[in-house]
Amino acid sequence: MELTVLVIKSLVILAVFGITLLIATYSTYAERKVAAFLQDRIGPNRAGPFGLLQPIADAGKMFFKEDFIPAQANKWLFILGPCLAMLTALMSSAVIPFGDSIRYGSFEVPVQGIDVNVGVLYVFGVVSLGVYGVMIGGWASNNKFSLLGAIRAASQNISYEVALGLSIIAILMMTGSLSLRHIVNEQNGFFQWNVFTQPLGFVIFLTCAFAECNRTPFDLPECETELVGGYHTEYSSMKLGFYLFAEYINMFTSSAIISTLYFGGFQYPFMHQVHDALVDSLGSTVGHNIATGIGTAVLFGKIFFFIFFFMWVRWTIPRFRFDQLMNLGWKTLIPLSILNVVLTGAGLLFDKFKYATWLIVIVMIIMAATNAIKAPRRKPVTVPQL
Amino acid sequence: MLSQFGIMFLFILTAFAFIGGILLFGKLLRPDRPTEEKLTTYESGEEPVGNAGVQFNPRFYVVALVFVLFDVELVLLFPWATVFGQPTLIAETGGLWGWFALTEAVVFVVILALGLAYAWAKGYLDWEKPQPQLPTVATKVPTTLYEQVNERYKRPTTP
Repeated sequence: MELTVLVIKSLVILAVFGITLLIATYSTYAERKVAAFLQDRIGPNRAGPFGLLQPIADAGKMFFKEDFIPAQANKWLFILGPCLAMLTALMSSAVIPFGDSIRYGSFEVPVQGIDVNVGVLYVFGVVSLGVYGVMIGGWASNNKFSLLGAIRAASQNISYEVALGLSIIAILMMTGSLSLRHIVNEQNGFFQWNVFTQPLGFVIFLTCAFAECNRTPFDLPECETELVGGYHTEYSSMKLGFYLFAEYINMFTSSAIISTLYFGGFQYPFMHQVHDALVDSLGSTVGHNIATGIGTAVLFGKIFFFIFFFMWVRWTIPRFRFDQLMNLGWKTLIPLSILNVVLTGAGLLFDKFKYATWLIVIVMIIMAATNAIKAPRRKPVTVPQL
Repeated sequence: MLSQFGIMFLFILTAFAFIGGILLFGKLLRPDRPTEEKLTTYESGEEPVGNAGVQFNPRFYVVALVFVLFDVELVLLFPWATVFGQPTLIAETGGLWGWFALTEAVVFVVILALGLAYAWAKGYLDWEKPQPQLPTVATKVPTTLYEQVNERYKRPTTP
Protein backbone atom coordinates (compact mmCIF):
# COMPACT_ATOMS: atom_id res chain seq x y z
CA MET A 1 0.00 0.00 0.00
CA GLU A 2 2.75 2.36 1.06
CA LEU A 3 4.74 1.49 -2.04
CA THR A 4 1.72 1.69 -4.37
CA VAL A 5 0.94 5.23 -3.30
CA LEU A 6 4.56 6.21 -3.74
CA VAL A 7 4.68 4.66 -7.21
CA ILE A 8 1.46 6.37 -8.26
CA LYS A 9 2.71 9.70 -6.95
CA SER A 10 6.05 9.27 -8.74
CA LEU A 11 4.19 8.52 -11.95
CA VAL A 12 2.06 11.63 -11.51
CA ILE A 13 5.19 13.72 -10.87
CA LEU A 14 6.88 12.30 -13.97
CA ALA A 15 3.73 12.93 -16.00
CA VAL A 16 3.58 16.57 -14.87
CA PHE A 17 7.26 16.96 -15.73
CA GLY A 18 6.81 15.32 -19.10
CA ILE A 19 3.81 17.47 -20.02
CA THR A 20 5.56 20.65 -18.92
CA LEU A 21 8.70 19.88 -20.88
CA LEU A 22 6.82 18.68 -23.96
CA ILE A 23 4.65 21.79 -24.11
CA ALA A 24 7.63 24.06 -23.47
CA THR A 25 9.58 22.32 -26.24
CA TYR A 26 6.81 22.71 -28.74
CA SER A 27 6.20 26.30 -27.62
CA THR A 28 9.53 27.14 -29.22
CA TYR A 29 8.29 25.60 -32.45
CA ALA A 30 4.91 27.29 -32.11
CA GLU A 31 6.56 30.62 -31.44
CA ARG A 32 8.51 30.42 -34.67
CA LYS A 33 5.47 29.32 -36.62
CA VAL A 34 3.30 32.08 -35.14
CA ALA A 35 6.03 34.64 -35.83
CA ALA A 36 6.26 33.38 -39.38
CA PHE A 37 2.49 33.57 -39.78
CA LEU A 38 2.31 37.11 -38.42
CA GLN A 39 5.18 38.24 -40.64
CA ASP A 40 3.93 36.45 -43.74
CA ARG A 41 6.75 33.93 -43.85
CA ILE A 42 6.78 30.12 -43.83
CA GLY A 43 8.77 29.40 -40.69
CA PRO A 44 10.66 26.18 -39.90
CA ASN A 45 9.74 23.48 -42.42
CA ARG A 46 12.89 21.44 -43.05
CA ALA A 47 13.30 19.10 -40.08
CA GLY A 48 10.54 16.52 -40.38
CA PRO A 49 7.00 17.09 -41.71
CA PHE A 50 6.03 20.79 -41.26
CA GLY A 51 9.31 21.24 -39.38
CA LEU A 52 7.92 19.31 -36.43
CA LEU A 53 11.33 17.93 -35.49
CA GLN A 54 12.82 21.42 -35.27
CA PRO A 55 12.80 21.59 -31.42
CA ILE A 56 14.69 18.29 -31.29
CA ALA A 57 17.24 19.59 -33.77
CA ASP A 58 17.63 22.73 -31.64
CA ALA A 59 18.17 20.64 -28.52
CA GLY A 60 20.76 18.55 -30.36
CA LYS A 61 22.57 21.69 -31.39
CA MET A 62 22.58 22.88 -27.77
CA PHE A 63 24.09 19.57 -26.64
CA PHE A 64 26.88 19.52 -29.19
CA LYS A 65 27.98 23.15 -28.86
CA GLU A 66 31.20 23.81 -27.03
CA ASP A 67 30.68 25.33 -23.62
CA PHE A 68 33.18 27.73 -22.14
CA ILE A 69 33.28 29.53 -18.85
CA PRO A 70 35.04 32.89 -19.14
CA ALA A 71 38.31 33.11 -17.27
CA GLN A 72 37.12 36.12 -15.27
CA ALA A 73 33.81 34.55 -14.30
CA ASN A 74 32.98 33.07 -10.94
CA LYS A 75 32.84 29.45 -12.03
CA TRP A 76 30.36 27.87 -9.62
CA LEU A 77 27.93 30.76 -9.57
CA PHE A 78 28.18 30.82 -13.36
CA ILE A 79 26.92 27.25 -13.44
CA LEU A 80 24.41 27.80 -10.62
CA GLY A 81 22.63 30.69 -12.36
CA PRO A 82 20.97 28.83 -15.26
CA CYS A 83 20.34 25.79 -13.04
CA LEU A 84 18.39 27.96 -10.59
CA ALA A 85 16.40 29.57 -13.40
CA MET A 86 15.48 26.14 -14.74
CA LEU A 87 14.75 24.72 -11.29
CA THR A 88 12.34 27.47 -10.31
CA ALA A 89 10.65 27.21 -13.69
CA LEU A 90 10.16 23.46 -13.31
CA MET A 91 9.00 23.60 -9.70
CA SER A 92 6.03 25.89 -10.11
CA SER A 93 3.94 23.53 -12.25
CA ALA A 94 3.68 21.05 -9.36
CA VAL A 95 0.59 22.51 -7.73
CA ILE A 96 -1.56 23.28 -10.79
CA PRO A 97 -4.78 21.25 -10.83
CA PHE A 98 -4.97 19.84 -14.35
CA GLY A 99 -8.32 18.15 -13.88
CA ASP A 100 -10.94 16.89 -11.46
CA SER A 101 -10.02 13.33 -10.42
CA ILE A 102 -9.58 9.86 -11.87
CA ARG A 103 -11.49 6.97 -10.33
CA TYR A 104 -9.78 3.61 -10.32
CA GLY A 105 -11.47 0.91 -8.31
CA SER A 106 -11.84 2.39 -4.84
CA PHE A 107 -9.10 4.97 -5.41
CA GLU A 108 -9.82 8.52 -6.43
CA VAL A 109 -6.63 10.21 -7.63
CA PRO A 110 -6.79 13.97 -8.25
CA VAL A 111 -5.24 15.04 -11.56
CA GLN A 112 -2.68 17.30 -9.93
CA GLY A 113 0.96 16.98 -8.94
CA ILE A 114 0.51 17.94 -5.33
CA ASP A 115 -2.76 19.05 -3.79
CA VAL A 116 -1.22 21.28 -1.17
CA ASN A 117 -3.26 23.78 0.83
CA VAL A 118 -0.85 26.68 0.24
CA GLY A 119 -0.71 26.35 -3.55
CA VAL A 120 -0.89 30.05 -4.38
CA LEU A 121 1.76 30.92 -1.80
CA TYR A 122 4.00 28.17 -3.18
CA VAL A 123 3.72 29.47 -6.73
CA PHE A 124 4.30 33.02 -5.56
CA GLY A 125 7.38 32.00 -3.57
CA VAL A 126 8.87 30.01 -6.42
CA VAL A 127 8.26 32.86 -8.85
CA SER A 128 10.07 35.26 -6.51
CA LEU A 129 13.00 32.87 -6.39
CA GLY A 130 13.21 33.06 -10.18
CA VAL A 131 14.95 36.42 -9.99
CA TYR A 132 17.96 34.78 -8.34
CA GLY A 133 18.71 32.69 -11.41
CA VAL A 134 18.99 35.77 -13.59
CA MET A 135 20.80 37.88 -11.00
CA ILE A 136 23.40 35.26 -10.08
CA GLY A 137 24.05 34.36 -13.71
CA GLY A 138 24.45 37.97 -14.77
CA TRP A 139 26.69 38.86 -11.85
CA ALA A 140 28.89 35.78 -12.11
CA SER A 141 29.61 36.41 -15.80
CA ASN A 142 31.72 39.42 -14.82
CA ASN A 143 30.64 41.18 -17.97
CA LYS A 144 29.30 44.72 -18.02
CA PHE A 145 26.42 43.94 -20.34
CA SER A 146 25.44 40.92 -18.30
CA LEU A 147 25.56 42.86 -15.05
CA LEU A 148 23.41 45.68 -16.39
CA GLY A 149 20.95 43.19 -17.88
CA ALA A 150 20.74 41.29 -14.62
CA ILE A 151 20.15 44.44 -12.58
CA ARG A 152 17.43 45.50 -14.96
CA ALA A 153 15.85 42.08 -14.83
CA ALA A 154 15.90 41.99 -11.05
CA SER A 155 14.48 45.47 -10.73
CA GLN A 156 11.74 44.73 -13.26
CA ASN A 157 10.78 41.43 -11.67
CA ILE A 158 10.55 42.78 -8.15
CA SER A 159 8.58 45.82 -9.29
CA TYR A 160 5.92 43.75 -10.98
CA GLU A 161 5.85 41.10 -8.28
CA VAL A 162 4.13 43.49 -5.88
CA ALA A 163 1.24 44.22 -8.23
CA LEU A 164 1.04 40.49 -9.07
CA GLY A 165 0.70 39.58 -5.41
CA LEU A 166 -1.88 42.27 -4.73
CA SER A 167 -4.05 41.11 -7.62
CA ILE A 168 -3.87 37.54 -6.26
CA ILE A 169 -4.92 38.79 -2.82
CA ALA A 170 -8.18 40.14 -4.25
CA ILE A 171 -8.97 36.59 -5.41
CA LEU A 172 -7.96 35.05 -2.11
CA MET A 173 -10.36 37.36 -0.32
CA MET A 174 -13.23 36.01 -2.40
CA THR A 175 -12.33 32.34 -1.97
CA GLY A 176 -10.80 32.41 1.48
CA SER A 177 -8.37 29.62 0.61
CA LEU A 178 -4.83 29.36 -0.72
CA SER A 179 -5.46 26.01 -2.43
CA LEU A 180 -5.59 26.28 -6.21
CA ARG A 181 -8.08 23.40 -6.41
CA HIS A 182 -10.38 25.20 -4.01
CA ILE A 183 -10.12 28.35 -6.11
CA VAL A 184 -11.09 26.39 -9.23
CA ASN A 185 -14.00 24.71 -7.48
CA GLU A 186 -15.30 28.10 -6.33
CA GLN A 187 -15.66 29.20 -9.95
CA ASN A 188 -18.40 26.80 -10.96
CA GLY A 189 -20.73 28.53 -13.33
CA PHE A 190 -19.68 30.73 -16.22
CA PHE A 191 -20.32 34.08 -14.55
CA GLN A 192 -18.56 32.95 -11.39
CA TRP A 193 -15.26 32.88 -13.25
CA ASN A 194 -12.88 35.30 -11.64
CA VAL A 195 -12.35 37.14 -14.90
CA PHE A 196 -15.91 38.42 -14.53
CA THR A 197 -15.68 39.17 -10.83
CA GLN A 198 -12.14 40.60 -11.01
CA PRO A 199 -11.73 42.18 -14.46
CA LEU A 200 -9.16 44.72 -13.28
CA GLY A 201 -7.24 42.12 -11.29
CA PHE A 202 -7.09 39.97 -14.41
CA VAL A 203 -5.58 42.75 -16.52
CA ILE A 204 -3.03 43.55 -13.80
CA PHE A 205 -2.15 39.88 -13.37
CA LEU A 206 -1.74 39.39 -17.11
CA THR A 207 0.55 42.40 -17.44
CA CYS A 208 2.63 41.30 -14.48
CA ALA A 209 2.83 37.76 -15.86
CA PHE A 210 4.34 39.19 -19.04
CA ALA A 211 6.86 41.13 -16.98
CA GLU A 212 7.74 38.16 -14.77
CA CYS A 213 8.37 35.96 -17.81
CA ASN A 214 10.58 38.66 -19.37
CA ARG A 215 8.45 38.50 -22.49
CA THR A 216 7.94 41.33 -24.96
CA PRO A 217 6.88 44.12 -24.33
CA PHE A 218 8.84 43.70 -21.09
CA ASP A 219 11.94 41.99 -22.47
CA LEU A 220 14.34 44.72 -21.37
CA PRO A 221 16.70 42.32 -19.57
CA GLU A 222 17.75 40.90 -22.92
CA CYS A 223 17.22 43.72 -25.34
CA GLU A 224 19.71 43.19 -28.10
CA THR A 225 19.97 46.78 -29.20
CA GLU A 226 21.55 48.06 -25.97
CA LEU A 227 22.81 45.13 -23.97
CA VAL A 228 24.00 42.60 -26.59
CA GLY A 229 22.28 39.58 -25.03
CA GLY A 230 21.52 40.92 -21.57
CA TYR A 231 22.21 38.62 -18.64
CA HIS A 232 23.05 35.63 -20.83
CA THR A 233 25.67 37.30 -23.02
CA GLU A 234 28.45 35.01 -21.80
CA TYR A 235 26.45 31.80 -21.86
CA SER A 236 26.71 29.14 -24.48
CA SER A 237 25.64 25.57 -25.07
CA MET A 238 23.20 23.92 -22.66
CA LYS A 239 23.46 26.67 -20.04
CA LEU A 240 22.11 29.16 -22.55
CA GLY A 241 19.56 26.53 -23.43
CA PHE A 242 18.45 26.41 -19.79
CA TYR A 243 17.85 30.15 -19.73
CA LEU A 244 15.92 30.15 -22.98
CA PHE A 245 13.99 27.03 -22.09
CA ALA A 246 13.12 28.35 -18.62
CA GLU A 247 11.38 31.26 -20.33
CA TYR A 248 9.12 28.89 -22.25
CA ILE A 249 8.39 26.80 -19.17
CA ASN A 250 7.52 30.00 -17.31
CA MET A 251 5.23 30.94 -20.16
CA PHE A 252 3.40 27.61 -19.90
CA THR A 253 3.15 27.84 -16.13
CA SER A 254 1.86 31.39 -16.12
CA SER A 255 -0.69 30.51 -18.81
CA ALA A 256 -1.83 27.62 -16.63
CA ILE A 257 -2.01 29.86 -13.55
CA ILE A 258 -3.97 32.52 -15.44
CA SER A 259 -6.43 29.88 -16.65
CA THR A 260 -6.70 28.45 -13.15
CA LEU A 261 -7.11 31.68 -11.26
CA TYR A 262 -9.26 33.64 -13.68
CA PHE A 263 -10.81 31.32 -16.25
CA GLY A 264 -12.13 28.55 -14.06
CA GLY A 265 -9.35 26.04 -14.67
CA PHE A 266 -10.90 22.78 -15.85
CA GLN A 267 -14.43 24.13 -15.50
CA TYR A 268 -16.56 24.82 -18.52
CA PRO A 269 -20.20 25.85 -19.01
CA PHE A 270 -22.74 23.07 -18.42
CA MET A 271 -20.01 20.93 -16.86
CA HIS A 272 -22.27 19.35 -14.26
CA GLN A 273 -24.94 18.42 -16.81
CA VAL A 274 -22.30 16.77 -19.02
CA HIS A 275 -20.84 14.97 -16.02
CA ASP A 276 -24.24 13.67 -14.89
CA ALA A 277 -25.17 12.55 -18.41
CA LEU A 278 -21.88 10.70 -18.80
CA VAL A 279 -22.17 9.06 -15.39
CA ASP A 280 -25.77 8.01 -16.17
CA SER A 281 -24.91 6.44 -19.51
CA LEU A 282 -21.44 4.95 -18.85
CA GLY A 283 -21.37 4.21 -15.14
CA SER A 284 -19.79 6.09 -12.29
CA THR A 285 -16.19 5.06 -13.07
CA VAL A 286 -15.87 5.36 -16.84
CA GLY A 287 -18.28 8.27 -17.10
CA HIS A 288 -16.52 10.20 -14.37
CA ASN A 289 -13.12 9.59 -15.96
CA ILE A 290 -14.31 10.74 -19.38
CA ALA A 291 -15.82 13.87 -17.81
CA THR A 292 -12.45 14.52 -16.12
CA GLY A 293 -10.74 14.03 -19.48
CA ILE A 294 -13.00 16.62 -21.11
CA GLY A 295 -12.24 19.07 -18.28
CA THR A 296 -8.50 18.54 -18.70
CA ALA A 297 -8.80 19.04 -22.45
CA VAL A 298 -10.71 22.29 -21.83
CA LEU A 299 -7.99 23.48 -19.44
CA PHE A 300 -5.32 22.73 -22.02
CA GLY A 301 -7.35 24.61 -24.61
CA LYS A 302 -7.31 27.66 -22.34
CA ILE A 303 -3.57 27.23 -21.68
CA PHE A 304 -2.81 26.99 -25.40
CA PHE A 305 -4.86 30.09 -26.04
CA PHE A 306 -2.81 32.03 -23.51
CA ILE A 307 0.48 30.72 -24.89
CA PHE A 308 -0.69 31.90 -28.29
CA PHE A 309 -1.65 35.22 -26.71
CA PHE A 310 1.87 35.61 -25.33
CA MET A 311 3.28 35.11 -28.84
CA TRP A 312 0.68 37.31 -30.47
CA VAL A 313 1.58 40.18 -28.14
CA ARG A 314 5.27 39.60 -28.75
CA TRP A 315 4.93 40.31 -32.44
CA THR A 316 2.42 43.12 -32.04
CA ILE A 317 3.60 45.49 -29.31
CA PRO A 318 7.04 47.13 -29.30
CA ARG A 319 9.32 47.12 -26.27
CA PHE A 320 8.92 49.61 -23.42
CA ARG A 321 11.61 52.05 -22.47
CA PHE A 322 12.98 51.47 -18.98
CA ASP A 323 11.46 54.57 -17.37
CA GLN A 324 8.10 53.77 -18.97
CA LEU A 325 8.33 50.27 -17.55
CA MET A 326 9.04 51.52 -14.03
CA ASN A 327 6.33 54.18 -14.24
CA LEU A 328 3.77 51.62 -15.34
CA GLY A 329 4.74 49.27 -12.54
CA TRP A 330 5.02 51.64 -9.60
CA LYS A 331 2.73 54.52 -10.52
CA THR A 332 -0.10 52.72 -12.25
CA LEU A 333 -0.34 49.03 -11.45
CA ILE A 334 0.47 49.14 -7.72
CA PRO A 335 -1.98 51.96 -6.80
CA LEU A 336 -4.64 50.34 -8.99
CA SER A 337 -4.17 46.95 -7.41
CA ILE A 338 -4.33 48.43 -3.89
CA LEU A 339 -7.58 50.13 -4.86
CA ASN A 340 -8.75 46.82 -6.29
CA VAL A 341 -8.12 45.00 -2.99
CA VAL A 342 -9.89 47.64 -0.91
CA LEU A 343 -12.90 47.82 -3.20
CA THR A 344 -13.19 44.02 -3.39
CA GLY A 345 -13.19 43.84 0.40
CA ALA A 346 -15.81 46.54 0.74
CA GLY A 347 -17.99 44.89 -1.90
CA LEU A 348 -17.74 41.49 -0.23
CA LEU A 349 -18.75 42.85 3.16
CA PHE A 350 -21.53 44.90 1.66
CA ASP A 351 -24.00 42.12 0.97
CA LYS A 352 -21.42 39.70 -0.55
CA PHE A 353 -21.40 41.63 -3.80
CA LYS A 354 -18.62 40.11 -5.91
CA TYR A 355 -18.69 42.44 -8.89
CA ALA A 356 -17.63 45.62 -7.06
CA THR A 357 -14.41 46.12 -9.03
CA TRP A 358 -16.41 46.77 -12.19
CA LEU A 359 -16.79 50.23 -10.69
CA ILE A 360 -13.09 50.95 -11.27
CA VAL A 361 -13.32 49.54 -14.77
CA ILE A 362 -16.32 51.72 -15.62
CA VAL A 363 -14.61 54.83 -14.23
CA MET A 364 -11.48 54.01 -16.21
CA ILE A 365 -13.45 53.50 -19.42
CA ILE A 366 -15.24 56.83 -18.91
CA MET A 367 -11.91 58.58 -18.27
CA ALA A 368 -10.38 57.04 -21.38
CA ALA A 369 -13.38 58.04 -23.45
CA THR A 370 -13.32 61.65 -22.24
CA ASN A 371 -9.60 61.78 -22.89
CA ALA A 372 -10.11 60.47 -26.39
CA ILE A 373 -12.81 63.07 -27.06
CA LYS A 374 -10.74 65.93 -25.61
CA ALA A 375 -7.57 64.93 -27.47
CA PRO A 376 -6.68 67.28 -30.31
CA ARG A 377 -7.67 65.96 -33.69
CA ARG A 378 -4.88 65.28 -36.11
CA LYS A 379 -5.25 67.21 -39.32
CA PRO A 380 -5.49 65.10 -42.45
CA VAL A 381 -2.19 65.06 -44.29
CA THR A 382 -2.42 66.31 -47.83
CA VAL A 383 -0.12 64.44 -50.15
CA PRO A 384 1.51 66.81 -52.63
CA GLN A 385 0.84 65.85 -56.20
CA LEU A 386 4.04 65.20 -58.15
CA MET B 1 3.19 7.79 4.31
CA LEU B 2 4.63 10.85 2.68
CA SER B 3 3.03 14.15 3.55
CA GLN B 4 2.14 16.61 0.79
CA PHE B 5 5.34 18.49 1.44
CA GLY B 6 7.30 15.24 1.24
CA ILE B 7 5.93 14.77 -2.27
CA MET B 8 6.88 18.34 -3.05
CA PHE B 9 10.41 17.51 -1.90
CA LEU B 10 10.34 14.50 -4.23
CA PHE B 11 9.31 16.84 -7.03
CA ILE B 12 12.21 19.19 -6.31
CA LEU B 13 14.60 16.23 -6.19
CA THR B 14 13.34 15.11 -9.59
CA ALA B 15 13.95 18.59 -10.95
CA PHE B 16 17.50 18.52 -9.54
CA ALA B 17 18.13 15.12 -11.08
CA PHE B 18 16.77 16.29 -14.42
CA ILE B 19 19.01 19.36 -14.52
CA GLY B 20 22.08 17.47 -13.31
CA GLY B 21 21.44 14.71 -15.84
CA ILE B 22 21.16 17.12 -18.75
CA LEU B 23 24.32 18.99 -17.73
CA LEU B 24 26.25 15.73 -17.40
CA PHE B 25 24.90 14.40 -20.71
CA GLY B 26 25.91 17.62 -22.43
CA LYS B 27 29.35 17.49 -20.89
CA LEU B 28 29.88 14.00 -22.29
CA LEU B 29 28.76 14.97 -25.78
CA ARG B 30 30.30 18.34 -26.47
CA PRO B 31 33.88 19.15 -27.46
CA ASP B 32 36.11 21.03 -25.02
CA ARG B 33 38.95 22.96 -26.63
CA PRO B 34 39.35 26.24 -24.79
CA THR B 35 41.77 28.87 -26.04
CA GLU B 36 42.71 32.17 -24.50
CA GLU B 37 40.54 34.11 -26.94
CA LYS B 38 37.50 31.99 -26.25
CA LEU B 39 37.82 32.53 -22.52
CA THR B 40 37.93 36.32 -22.62
CA THR B 41 34.93 38.34 -21.57
CA TYR B 42 32.81 39.57 -24.45
CA GLU B 43 32.93 43.31 -24.93
CA SER B 44 31.74 44.00 -28.47
CA GLY B 45 34.86 42.46 -29.95
CA GLU B 46 37.25 44.78 -28.13
CA GLU B 47 39.79 43.85 -25.50
CA PRO B 48 37.79 43.97 -22.26
CA VAL B 49 38.60 46.94 -20.04
CA GLY B 50 38.65 46.06 -16.34
CA ASN B 51 35.92 43.88 -14.93
CA ALA B 52 32.22 44.29 -14.29
CA GLY B 53 32.69 46.32 -11.12
CA VAL B 54 31.15 49.35 -12.78
CA GLN B 55 28.96 52.11 -11.43
CA PHE B 56 25.29 51.83 -12.10
CA ASN B 57 22.29 53.96 -11.29
CA PRO B 58 21.67 54.02 -7.49
CA ARG B 59 17.94 54.17 -8.18
CA PHE B 60 17.99 50.41 -8.49
CA TYR B 61 18.77 50.27 -4.77
CA VAL B 62 15.87 52.58 -3.95
CA VAL B 63 13.53 50.41 -5.98
CA ALA B 64 14.78 47.34 -4.13
CA LEU B 65 14.22 49.04 -0.76
CA VAL B 66 10.66 50.09 -1.61
CA PHE B 67 10.04 46.58 -2.89
CA VAL B 68 11.09 45.06 0.44
CA LEU B 69 8.48 47.24 2.19
CA PHE B 70 5.75 46.08 -0.15
CA ASP B 71 6.78 42.46 -0.02
CA VAL B 72 6.39 42.51 3.75
CA GLU B 73 2.94 43.95 3.20
CA LEU B 74 2.11 41.10 0.82
CA VAL B 75 3.34 38.46 3.24
CA LEU B 76 1.04 39.90 5.89
CA LEU B 77 -1.91 40.22 3.54
CA PHE B 78 -1.81 36.60 2.31
CA PRO B 79 -2.97 35.05 5.62
CA TRP B 80 -5.23 38.04 6.23
CA ALA B 81 -7.05 37.43 2.93
CA THR B 82 -7.87 33.85 3.87
CA VAL B 83 -9.52 34.67 7.21
CA PHE B 84 -11.07 37.94 6.10
CA GLY B 85 -14.31 36.59 4.64
CA GLN B 86 -14.81 33.48 6.78
CA PRO B 87 -18.56 33.08 7.31
CA THR B 88 -18.20 31.42 10.74
CA LEU B 89 -16.17 34.29 12.15
CA ILE B 90 -18.55 36.82 10.63
CA ALA B 91 -21.56 35.01 12.05
CA GLU B 92 -20.02 34.77 15.53
CA THR B 93 -19.45 38.50 15.74
CA GLY B 94 -22.66 39.55 14.03
CA GLY B 95 -20.97 40.95 10.92
CA LEU B 96 -18.47 42.99 12.92
CA TRP B 97 -15.49 40.76 12.08
CA GLY B 98 -15.37 41.60 8.40
CA TRP B 99 -15.52 45.35 8.86
CA PHE B 100 -12.96 45.17 11.65
CA ALA B 101 -10.58 43.10 9.53
CA LEU B 102 -11.07 45.37 6.53
CA THR B 103 -10.44 48.55 8.55
CA GLU B 104 -7.32 47.05 10.05
CA ALA B 105 -5.96 46.07 6.65
CA VAL B 106 -6.90 49.44 5.15
CA VAL B 107 -4.98 51.24 7.91
CA PHE B 108 -1.99 49.00 7.29
CA VAL B 109 -2.13 49.42 3.52
CA VAL B 110 -2.65 53.19 3.77
CA ILE B 111 0.50 53.57 5.88
CA LEU B 112 2.48 51.72 3.22
CA ALA B 113 0.75 53.61 0.43
CA LEU B 114 1.84 56.81 2.18
CA GLY B 115 5.39 55.50 1.94
CA LEU B 116 4.90 54.94 -1.78
CA ALA B 117 3.40 58.41 -2.12
CA TYR B 118 6.41 59.86 -0.27
CA ALA B 119 8.88 58.12 -2.58
CA TRP B 120 6.78 59.21 -5.55
CA ALA B 121 6.57 62.86 -4.42
CA LYS B 122 10.30 62.95 -3.65
CA GLY B 123 10.93 61.77 -7.19
CA TYR B 124 12.66 58.51 -6.26
CA LEU B 125 10.50 56.64 -8.74
CA ASP B 126 11.35 58.92 -11.65
CA TRP B 127 13.97 57.81 -14.11
CA GLU B 128 15.43 60.91 -15.63
CA LYS B 129 16.71 60.57 -19.10
CA PRO B 130 20.42 61.30 -19.47
CA GLN B 131 21.13 64.63 -21.12
CA PRO B 132 23.79 64.17 -23.78
CA GLN B 133 26.76 66.40 -22.89
CA LEU B 134 28.46 67.98 -25.86
CA PRO B 135 32.22 68.04 -25.45
CA THR B 136 33.64 71.54 -25.13
CA VAL B 137 37.11 72.33 -26.46
CA ALA B 138 39.04 75.50 -25.67
CA THR B 139 40.21 76.63 -29.10
CA LYS B 140 40.37 79.81 -31.04
CA VAL B 141 38.99 78.19 -34.16
CA PRO B 142 35.37 79.32 -34.41
CA THR B 143 32.81 76.51 -34.51
CA THR B 144 31.29 77.98 -37.63
CA LEU B 145 34.57 77.71 -39.54
CA TYR B 146 33.38 74.99 -41.84
CA GLU B 147 30.27 76.90 -42.79
CA GLN B 148 32.36 79.99 -43.46
CA VAL B 149 34.75 78.04 -45.69
CA ASN B 150 31.90 76.39 -47.50
CA GLU B 151 30.24 79.74 -47.98
CA ARG B 152 33.40 81.29 -49.34
CA TYR B 153 34.27 78.65 -51.88
CA LYS B 154 30.75 77.95 -52.91
CA ARG B 155 30.48 76.82 -56.47
CA PRO B 156 27.94 78.55 -58.58
CA THR B 157 25.03 76.16 -58.89
CA THR B 158 24.44 74.83 -62.32
CA PRO B 159 21.08 75.83 -63.60
